[in-house]
Amino acid sequence: MILGFTVAQLVLACLVGLVCVIAGLAGRKPNDLTVLSVALVELLLLAQLVVAIVAPAVGNAPTGNPLEFWMYLVSALLIPPLAIVWALVERTRWSNVVLGAAAFAVAVMLWRMEQIWTVQLA
Amino acid sequence: MSAPSRPRASGIGRVLVAVYAILAIAALGRSIFQIIDRFDEAPIAFSLSAVSAVVYVLATVALAAGWDRLAWITISFELAGVLVVGTLSLAAPALLGLDDANPFGREATVWSAFGAGYLFIPLALPVLGILWLRSRARSAVDA
Repeated sequence: MILGFTVAQLVLACLVGLVCVIAGLAGRKPNDLTVLSVALVELLLLAQLVVAIVAPAVGNAPTGNPLEFWMYLVSALLIPPLAIVWALVERTRWSNVVLGAAAFAVAVMLWRMEQIWTVQLA
Repeated sequence: MSAPSRPRASGIGRVLVAVYAILAIAALGRSIFQIIDRFDEAPIAFSLSAVSAVVYVLATVALAAGWDRLAWITISFELAGVLVVGTLSLAAPALLGLDDANPFGREATVWSAFGAGYLFIPLALPVLGILWLRSRARSAVDA
């Protein structure tokens, strides 16, 4: 993984989470802004997927357990699409909060992925 | 299950379902990984972790489908689990076969140290779930 990219992605995911939760609490139904911003989080996750595939080949291999890393990445990739489907099916304010929760979950998982890739505690 | 006539979770209850679903994924993912990779290190803790993951999945389904009895059972089980295992993980980690009580360590589970490794969401969620089930039961009686 590339730390700078991960941090950018993390900041975006948190920002998107905040925007979606606020929109939901303010009574807004899912709209282009909230749905597309979560789609953007997914797009960057796909870029992260490419990075994770290419990086080991150019000398940036994970120091942690690859299985653990990939389980996080694959689960993270599934979360935004599920949340978007949810928001499209159920058009209530609470779906925006769900979108926000998904974005925050992705942020936490990205941080764990970066840890697994670079920092070994044991 | 019980009371099929009751409406599906609505409103803020849907958020509860979503957060439960995320926690279920988190618990299930970690548990599967730990069992594949290092089950021998702490079999008791990792087995409990697998049970908790399955119960989170059941609770998510029960909440989403409006099966209130199953929701009550699973959510109460989780609250008991996070309190008992959380206490044991700090007070007597050896009893669970854990070497240390670090909630972020390689033997950490979703219930370790009251769910500290998961922002205490495993501790807060069952309480919120029970409050929500209660308010729902009350509104059903009023209706």
